Amino acid sequence: MDWLTEHKLPIGKWLGQGVDLLNQQAAGFFDSLSMVLETILNGTTAALVWLPAWLLIAGIAGLAWWLHRSWGLVAFAVLSLLLIINLGYWQETLETLVLVLYATLFCMLIGVPLGIAAAHHPLLYTILRPILDLMQTIPTFVYLIPTLILFGLGVVPGLISTIIFALAAPVRLTWLGISSVPNTLIEAGKSFGCSKHQLLWRIELPYAMPTIMAGLTQCIMLSLSMVVIAALVGADGLGKPVVRALNTVNIEKGFEAGLAIVILAILLDRLFKQPAKQPAGAP
Amino acid sequence: MAAVEFKHVDVIFGKDQKQAAALLDQGKTRSEILAETGSVLGVADASLSVEEGTICVLMGLSGSGKSSLLRCVNGLNPVTRGELLIAHKGTTVDMANISSRQLRELRRDRIAMVFQQFGLLPWCTVRENVGFGLAVKGVPKDEVQRIANEKLALVNLSDWADKPVNELSGGMQQRVGLARAFATDADILLMDEPFSALDPLIRDRLQDELLELQKTLKRTIIFVSHDLNEALKLGNQIVIMESGRIIQAGTARDIIFKPANEYVRRFVANINPLHVLYAGVLMRPLTQFNRTQDQISLDEGWILQFDATNTPISLRLQNQEYPLQTLDYDTWMQDVVEVAEQTDQPLCVTQAGKIVGVITHKDILHSLLRQTALSTEQPM
Ligand SMILES: Nc1ncnc2c1ncn2[C@@H]1O[C@H](COP(=O)(O)OP(=O)(O)OP(=O)(O)O)[C@@H](O)[C@H]1O
Ligand SMILES: [Mg+2]
Repeated sequence: MDWLTEHKLPIGKWLGQGVDLLNQQAAGFFDSLSMVLETILNGTTAALVWLPAWLLIAGIAGLAWWLHRSWGLVAFAVLSLLLIINLGYWQETLETLVLVLYATLFCMLIGVPLGIAAAHHPLLYTILRPILDLMQTIPTFVYLIPTLILFGLGVVPGLISTIIFALAAPVRLTWLGISSVPNTLIEAGKSFGCSKHQLLWRIELPYAMPTIMAGLTQCIMLSLSMVVIAALVGADGLGKPVVRALNTVNIEKGFEAGLAIVILAILLDRLFKQPAKQPAGAP
Repeated sequence: MAAVEFKHVDVIFGKDQKQAAALLDQGKTRSEILAETGSVLGVADASLSVEEGTICVLMGLSGSGKSSLLRCVNGLNPVTRGELLIAHKGTTVDMANISSRQLRELRRDRIAMVFQQFGLLPWCTVRENVGFGLAVKGVPKDEVQRIANEKLALVNLSDWADKPVNELSGGMQQRVGLARAFATDADILLMDEPFSALDPLIRDRLQDELLELQKTLKRTIIFVSHDLNEALKLGNQIVIMESGRIIQAGTARDIIFKPANEYVRRFVANINPLHVLYAGVLMRPLTQFNRTQDQISLDEGWILQFDATNTPISLRLQNQEYPLQTLDYDTWMQDVVEVAEQTDQPLCVTQAGKIVGVITHKDILHSLLRQTALSTEQPM
């Protein structure tokens, strides 16, 4: 046993050196990536903050109506947003919203094609699976440090950590949706002369769409759950008051900021959740 | 002309096809090949030619290789060895040896398929499903719509065009499947047990509808069935398969009256003659009767009366005159029996407008006996 402890494998050291190497060799790349992302996110936030609040609320209410045709949801959206303004967290809510939506956008942009590829190439899925497991189970703080080193303080490391944490959901659900397309449908497509491309767009994606949308909702929720952690590396938003409340043991403040997060979560969930309909025609 | 021709087609599923084929040549059976190589013999040495505009039914027990043979025709299954020739654009294409571009072209323009489980797209409307093949071909939208409407009218589903498909009953869904296959104007239709998932009454009706459509559309249809009644009813040519091999190919009469072996005989024993035999088989030709002057004497005192031009004009029973009751040569036995039951007199069979034979009640009973005699003739 002594021998084992004496000859410690330098795993942590290797990883640290790897990150250092990346930081030295590709500093320019990471810096410019960081800058671009920061500009996009901050720009969007600034634009939303600049808009009058009532206009945004009306817009979200309109979206709720357009997506779900439900007056109940519209009323809920308006009232909950008014409550957030009343709590005094309007700007923080917008910052969080932007972070969550961009994280989700990038997750879907990466995750959906990856999920499709994995469904078409079983070998890729075999390789991907442990990586996805790792991304979901490894404690967030562990990769918070390298992202911090590579991207510096601010909203970008928050965004990257959130993406790492939430990416597995859309990949998995896209994979699930695409690989559960019934064989008869694939054969029907082929027998009418579909090319691979047509098979994907006319058969596989429409069939998998409800599952992929479930991946989207999950991705949003996972991103929201990262808000406080993102605040630790300097991302603005509702996480900040929570962290501050924690440091100053301020129960009232912590509770109010937490409430705003919960409201945002419920609102986004209701907005993006598909009406409780099974994938049409699923057995 | 043969629209599709199979020449010594083997289909083998599995990795070790070369070795499996070698074993097949040594005369090994399917289970021996499976045991030695792990490859499944789907079809062995199938030779068959399907004439243009006819219905060819592949028949056999589950696992006999019907689907495997059928699916070679549009490349859903590979042809391991042999040739599968399809006439295309003035030349013949060999499916065993086809480029993917050519395969796609054939599937888009020449060959359509109807599936047992329908294979409809549940997120699309009925009309969109019918237009699927056309949309894949890149036909403009309004043209797709027009043709889809036309084909929906063909299968009597015009009122359902804008409904999602899963609101339709099974029988209706399969009609959508048929309309979709007709829509691309493919002249070869592959149908893999299209009516097996439906209940018997609906199945019977769809068979009738298919026969009716075929009268005008005249497609080349290869149809898989495990029901000899269905095969006899639909098929111009019936192909009986057993563990991957073709046992017998022929017309309904060949199969019923000259079954090639015990396996076929067992199928024949279970058919329902009402749907399989027809007036032309049941009748006794006029030439078989003894004629005295202008009369023929039938069973049970019935007399057939001729006029001066040698045409039958009436029936007589005990000096009472009855008008003639005529039936077409192609009338199913079921309808013959129905008419016989209603009219209670001998029936005259016409072919091309001329009376060629007579069916008496005795003939009907006799044919029933002959069929059952045949099926019980040799104990199994
Ligand atoms: N893709 C495949 N891979 C491996 N074996 C297959 C494949 N398709 C068919 N087989 C095997 O080939 C044999 C013939 O199958 P096939 O589907 O042609 O039979 P069938 O006559 O259509 O039967 P059924 O009435 O059950 O549909 C079966 O033993 C089946 O297990
Ligand atoms: Mg089959």
